[in-house]
Amino acid sequence: MQKKKKKIVVAMSGGVDSSLTAALLRDEGYEVIGVTMQIWPSDDPEKEADQGGCCSLSAVDDARRVADTLDIPFYVMNFRDLFEVKVIQPFIGEYLAGKTPNPCINCNRFIKFDAFLSKALGLGADYIATGHYARIGFSNEYGRYTLCRAQDDRKDQTYALYNMNQQQLERTKMPLGEYTKDEVRRMAENYKLGVAHKPESQEICFVTDNDYHRFLREKAGEEINPGPFLDTKGNVLGQHEGMAYYTVGQRKGLGITFGEPMYVVALDPERNAVILGKNDEVFGTELLAGDNNIVLFDKITEQLAVHAKIRYSAKPAEAVITPIENGRMKLKFSEPQRAITPGQAVVYYLGDCVVGGGTIEEKL
Amino acid sequence: MNKIYLDHSATTRTDEDVATAMLEYMTGNYGNPSSVHSFGRSARKAVEEAREKAAKAIGAEPNEIIFTSGGTEADNLAVRGVAYANKKRGNHIITSSIEHHAVLDACKALERDGFQVTYVPVDEDGMVNIEDIRNAITDQTILISIMHANNEVGTIQPIREIGALARAKGVFFHSDTVQSVGKIPVDVNELNIDLLSISAHKFYGPKGIGCLYMRKGVRMLPISFGGSQERKRRPGTLNVPGIAGFGLAIEKAVGSLDEQAAFQARLRDKLIKEITARVEDVKLNGHPTERLPNNVNLSFRYIEGESLLLSLDMKGIAASSGSACTSGSLDPSHVLLALGLSHEIAHGSLRMTLGKDNTEEEIDYVIKVLPEIVERLRAMSPLYANREKANHQSKECCSNVQ
Repeated sequence: MQKKKKKIVVAMSGGVDSSLTAALLRDEGYEVIGVTMQIWPSDDPEKEADQGGCCSLSAVDDARRVADTLDIPFYVMNFRDLFEVKVIQPFIGEYLAGKTPNPCINCNRFIKFDAFLSKALGLGADYIATGHYARIGFSNEYGRYTLCRAQDDRKDQTYALYNMNQQQLERTKMPLGEYTKDEVRRMAENYKLGVAHKPESQEICFVTDNDYHRFLREKAGEEINPGPFLDTKGNVLGQHEGMAYYTVGQRKGLGITFGEPMYVVALDPERNAVILGKNDEVFGTELLAGDNNIVLFDKITEQLAVHAKIRYSAKPAEAVITPIENGRMKLKFSEPQRAITPGQAVVYYLGDCVVGGGTIEEKL
Repeated sequence: MNKIYLDHSATTRTDEDVATAMLEYMTGNYGNPSSVHSFGRSARKAVEEAREKAAKAIGAEPNEIIFTSGGTEADNLAVRGVAYANKKRGNHIITSSIEHHAVLDACKALERDGFQVTYVPVDEDGMVNIEDIRNAITDQTILISIMHANNEVGTIQPIREIGALARAKGVFFHSDTVQSVGKIPVDVNELNIDLLSISAHKFYGPKGIGCLYMRKGVRMLPISFGGSQERKRRPGTLNVPGIAGFGLAIEKAVGSLDEQAAFQARLRDKLIKEITARVEDVKLNGHPTERLPNNVNLSFRYIEGESLLLSLDMKGIAASSGSACTSGSLDPSHVLLALGLSHEIAHGSLRMTLGKDNTEEEIDYVIKVLPEIVERLRAMSPLYANREKANHQSKECCSNVQ
């Protein structure tokens, strides 16, 4: 008797990565169902017209065409309200609070691997799949599902996935973790997928013109007020346009010039101040991380030597993490790191695999 | 897997005879009906025959029929065309909150152009109150547009009374009859209608063709320009195959209306009775008796219509939730919200609309499969797990409706 095919729901954005994911899983013998998550309101025909964002109608059409090419069923699921509440509003709120958020992490945490996963399981799916570059496996040594860095180091996306728990990892496939981007494009060509050479999507899918200043101004302009530029001793150096428009480590676009290069070293919401300093003041070795999720172990009870990275594009650097009260983690790097930025995630690795991660609360 | 189609309010399968009749006007008799020569004349003959059939089906005169690309265009032409033609008389329009977006969005566009629009509410069964309309009429009112039967919940409005009111007040009356023509009797004189919209693909005709009935004496301007067809009200080369198909389809649908209405109403009532008996916390949306013979609209508490719809599709059952839109995504229906349903319950709605080809066996299969799916989805729903608490919090629970 023929074994019943396992059912897998693939999150299809209309881009090359998730399209190829669907193709690979279909050929592995899964019963594949394609779903595009509609997350960003797109009611205005003028704004909607061909912005190329990952969530626009044209992306839905791309995904639908890919599903037709692969001859798999395709649906659109609506997550717009949830996306507004769980991703966009916190994104704005964090900026107003002087932090630099990473909305993709919230989207993965609350939309893809929570609401979307539940809906897929509700449809009778055994698994979901995404086009992320990461490797999910099961380690006999730890007796746990693991999340490890992709084959293609430059494309690795584990940084944005550290919030996944064991149930989510058990139910999720990320086949692209085994391939490089070039291989992915080549395979997509072989499948004759129209999206094989579609350009990479932008950084923040709902800020379609990549201008987050404009976005914040439109959404919360009345809450963003000019305030002082201060040096690290508290002397006033000038006036800024609104704390939310600056991020730690920034040098360009301060609107004033000094005798030597000055950088944003901190944001102080209490004084609505942007603190500027010299290059060496941008560096730090210690930080405090909250809201930690631990992947590789059940929990961390003692000091652990890891490699850690403090932003998507950083290289993992040697560090020691120490659990403190309330699930927080103190982290000390061996070498000073540039621009430790509150609001960004810090992710800990052992070898290639994610130990866990948290949100940077402050530089110590 | 045998597929079961229960989405006839979205569209229908084109009747074989209709498709055959249309083919003649593509490959054989392909002339442009505006041409003087014999090719044009014989195409023209087909158009005029179809016009007569369309007129006869609704008790109108042939020269009161304007062919359009479908219901949406007919609605736009009626609402905007009458508004602009009568703006010297007044700038006020009355419509309801549960109209199709073709009417609602046309009204919204008019508001941006300085017109005033009153959206009368509906009661929990989806029925407008004629007194609300009476009270809304001012000396500026130029048009009332109220749909005959609602596309989502199937509620049939008191069109004759609204039409009589409009006439007594000297206001033009348009009715979107896209869902009612071919399913329940529609006669423009009996119902006191000045303008009505029809779409052929709702009654086994082709897509892309419809008409606007415009009573002689109604003042209406065109909304597109570039030809003298349809007495300049709707320029553009006539869709002869579509029009020929429309004519035959409306003739057949109205001819078998009594028999089909009885047959589909029996299946409808069986579906409603059996599903509400087998599933807890389900509510029938729309009017219990004044409803289209083919419409079933149920809200299942604690689950999302979206998941229900996709699960049914995987079992070969085609239904809908809210109305279909371009992306195939689902927003809470403005109609269900207007009926007073909460967002949560509106999200759990399912529309099944019957057609002439459905069978008793198909309905029995749905009665078996649907409760199983609801049960599975509820087993996974946190809302269902917390229902005791939720029930204490909200009093608007939907008990079994028979």
